[in-house]
Amino acid sequence: MTAILELKDVEKSFGANDVLRSVNLSVARGQSLVIIGGSGSGKSVMLKTALGLIRPDSGQIIFDGKDVTHNKGAAREAMRARIGMLFQSGALFDSLTVWENVAFRLMQADRVRKKDAKERAIETLRKVRLGPDVADLRPAELSGGMQKRVALARAIISQPDLIFFDEPTTGLDPITADAINDLIVEQVRALGAATVSITHDMASARKIADDIAMLFEGQIIWRGPASVINESGNAHVDQFVKGLAEGPIQPGF
Amino acid sequence: MAKRERIEPGVLVPVQFIGIVVVGLLREVGRLGAFTASTVAAALTPRWYPQEISRQMIRIGFYSLPVVGLAAVFIGAALALNIYTGGARFNAEQFVPNIVVLGITRELGPVITGLMLAGRVSAGIAAEIGAMKVTEQIDALTTLSASPPRYLYAPRLIAAIITMPLLVIVASVIGVAGGWLVSVASLGFDSTVYLRNTLDFLEATDVNAGLIKAAVFGAVIALMGCYQGSRSRAGATGVGRAATLSMVGAAVLILATNYMLSTLFVRIGI
Repeated sequence: MTAILELKDVEKSFGANDVLRSVNLSVARGQSLVIIGGSGSGKSVMLKTALGLIRPDSGQIIFDGKDVTHNKGAAREAMRARIGMLFQSGALFDSLTVWENVAFRLMQADRVRKKDAKERAIETLRKVRLGPDVADLRPAELSGGMQKRVALARAIISQPDLIFFDEPTTGLDPITADAINDLIVEQVRALGAATVSITHDMASARKIADDIAMLFEGQIIWRGPASVINESGNAHVDQFVKGLAEGPIQPGF
Repeated sequence: MAKRERIEPGVLVPVQFIGIVVVGLLREVGRLGAFTASTVAAALTPRWYPQEISRQMIRIGFYSLPVVGLAAVFIGAALALNIYTGGARFNAEQFVPNIVVLGITRELGPVITGLMLAGRVSAGIAAEIGAMKVTEQIDALTTLSASPPRYLYAPRLIAAIITMPLLVIVASVIGVAGGWLVSVASLGFDSTVYLRNTLDFLEATDVNAGLIKAAVFGAVIALMGCYQGSRSRAGATGVGRAATLSMVGAAVLILATNYMLSTLFVRIGI
């Protein structure tokens, strides 16, 4: 299967702190890859580098067969139009209503008329189990779980080929987190999109992943099918999956 | 060959300190310059966001009216009292209307409005954009193909440049009215004579000078707010610091550009 996204020898440092050290990763079309790793292991930086929000110091980012590492302007926008992103905090715009948040790309980038954009936003909100009654509310009026669902609706409305999920279940209770995981699986399957998710939440990782990779000290140290995560044969992965304080990974404090 | 005298490391500490300060200052000026260039370029070229511009005009202009009006009326009244007291020392009390209108229109109207907006608007913009940055909303804008300079900064810059002169007109009228009120009510001036003197003395160049200053101050207020907000660090402290820096920076730049513009106007005869 051809890769929709590849990272080749990607490196990124902030001052003396080498956050990414020769990261190599590939995600096939329609595949769901979950990246696990401790706090400060470079997961968010890797995601933002892949998305073009952070420029790598070296290495290549290949999207749909094309090197997009140094893309700018229209070429970068064309790439972003095919990518959705769900941020850890939701990152909904406070000043806009829920439907304006969901339809933001349609109205600002695709120039869809307001009436049509609102209809599509309400239709997408329905897919994430939110009724039309929330469309005119402000994000601050919603619970954390509802905000995550709105953020998911915003990520999928333009039917992207690739979706990034940054800690999709952080801050949610286990039941709401499981509901979000179900929605992610359902909507991603319906779209046929590839996904790259980063998470600490192993229940979430097991539910949404085809493959799981572990990032440790800026490098991918293990990758395999989600079904074999409990028998990885890697001490770092075992410690992380079992949530043990003892082991090769030092607690992040 | 003479042996070079060894410099004790302690001697270099003040030099090193000055060097660090100068390099830091130059770096900051460079960053602000680059930020200003990209924001001005976004403001001058399509695509524009008229809905965002009008929303910012209401927030920057309309909601600032009460505070600007209140400040202007007291400044005008106090100015009239002080000019009357000072003028009485050489029998020049009759010049109160002339000096009030000149002082308010050319100087105090724009400067007081600018300083009030540095506190109310520039700090508000910095806090809003800072909060957007730390909650990843600016990253979200970028991923949704909306450029932050174009969608966030340019509308605020355009709105501030348009609304500041309008606010200064209002402030000047209210300031002159404050001077008139105190002159008529407690200094014994005749209302009609006061108003006639005010209107006869005022020239179009005085109004133009005030409006040019207002537009420049509007740009300073918006740019400082956006710049400090965009450089905000994470957390409540980071956002608070961005708001403080923008207010202080905007106030200092307003006073500095006011002096430079006044000098320029004197030289070119405005």
